[in-house]
Amino acid sequence: MSFELLATLAKTGLWMALLLQVTPIMVWVERRGSAMIQDRLGPNRVGPLGLFQALADAVKFMCKEDITPAEADKFLHRLAPLLALVPALTTFVVIPFGPDVTAFGRQVPLVVAGAETGVLLLLALASLGVYSLVMAGYSSNNKYSLLGAIRASAQMISYELALTLAVVAVLLPVGSFELSEVVRYQQGQFLGWIPKWNALPQFVGFLVFVVAAFAETNRLPFDLPEAESELVAGYHTEYSSMKFALFFMGEYMGMATLSCLAATLYLGGWHLPFLSYSGPWWWVAAQGMGVLVGKATLFLLFFVWVRWTFPRFRFDQLMRLGWKVLLPLAVLNLIAVAALTVGGVL
Amino acid sequence: MEMAVFLLFAALALVSSLVVVLHRNPIYAVMSLVVTFVSIAVMFVLLGAPFLAAVQVLVYTGAILVLFLFVIMLLNVSGDSSRGFDLHKALAAVVAAGFALLLLTLFWGRYHGLDLSPLQESDVALKPLARALLDTYLLPFEIVGLLLLAAVTAATVLARRSQDTSS
Repeated sequence: MSFELLATLAKTGLWMALLLQVTPIMVWVERRGSAMIQDRLGPNRVGPLGLFQALADAVKFMCKEDITPAEADKFLHRLAPLLALVPALTTFVVIPFGPDVTAFGRQVPLVVAGAETGVLLLLALASLGVYSLVMAGYSSNNKYSLLGAIRASAQMISYELALTLAVVAVLLPVGSFELSEVVRYQQGQFLGWIPKWNALPQFVGFLVFVVAAFAETNRLPFDLPEAESELVAGYHTEYSSMKFALFFMGEYMGMATLSCLAATLYLGGWHLPFLSYSGPWWWVAAQGMGVLVGKATLFLLFFVWVRWTFPRFRFDQLMRLGWKVLLPLAVLNLIAVAALTVGGVL
Repeated sequence: MEMAVFLLFAALALVSSLVVVLHRNPIYAVMSLVVTFVSIAVMFVLLGAPFLAAVQVLVYTGAILVLFLFVIMLLNVSGDSSRGFDLHKALAAVVAAGFALLLLTLFWGRYHGLDLSPLQESDVALKPLARALLDTYLLPFEIVGLLLLAAVTAATVLARRSQDTSS
């Protein structure tokens, strides 16, 4: 086996190990966080502070009866939850978590796939996520599921446009699709002490990106594909046991990779000013990954905070916000950034 | 290794495109089309054009086919029930075959016997591609954009009109 292949496998393994932890930890954070916001206690029986609740939930999911509705399309019904994991388990490959390091006498970039197409590949893979929802909703043969699927497809198409336009505005001054270039562009400081992160000069694009990210991950206030007050549970109404758990994992891992992308695009990625990134390769990698995870955690906590603070939108309000507010804002932002880039300001 | 990947995805593309035309359930047809397009994206990667691959997945599978599914689910189109001879379909088949023949003769007449070298990676990489689209072939590129805009405008007008008459 070649050295490159081993290095790629090691990097993939690191990401996988971290991403698979996201779901149990985030479920705990979500439940304790919601309890804190609503002045309740939350899960506090299993383990200290209820920390082992997620473990108990996992055991429960595996032991529950797996039900497939009699009138369901069996093949698609089984395929849909598996597809939910595809974007979650593939998009991380283009997110860098450190500078190039020298390990065992070889140059190793700290990104799984340093593809020229970079962020475009990530957006392409992420856009496949909608098929799992649509497939689940259609195959369940249930009107609530179908409505959830229809909403999911309309919503994701609408917000993908604004999200992509916001990303394009970030890439313009950098002049590359590669996320490692985006991180390099953000190194340095304004006025000697403010980090030169894109979130400051491109705050409009940042706002559009974050709002669109909520819609892309189907999180409240935009969780209309599964709005429980009107659609029971939307596209996953007819799912139980481990299949339901896979949808759950897909949602949280999708949130995690999108948070990593947001941190990379707008908050300087793995780089933190005044941190030297010197020393042995594993220490550099650990520092980079630590900073990236820290920044992504901020976004994840924000996701939870918003969920328990805002009420759900109505579907027509959601569409109006996407097409009449976010899309024009994203286009204006793109034009402004393009003008500033040509003018040499950015 | 490369050959194995090519064979796998070429076979997948062929089989799934057959399912697209032969399956009676339109949802399955669209899902197979997704598989076809992703397989073709893999072909693009193998040919050294990752940008085209990403755009293929982003635009076709990520957006256009989702709209196909949306329309099919919204209209609740069930399986194709028509069997036997259909004048409309026969006409469509004849026109499509004629068009394919025309294209083939055009290509044959133009390129037969010429010494053709395979497409170089430098032609389809990101920067040369951008230069070709936005510099060398700017006018055709803009005209295609205008065509799409016209189609969108027409669709909007049609949708509005039917809404007005119904209310």
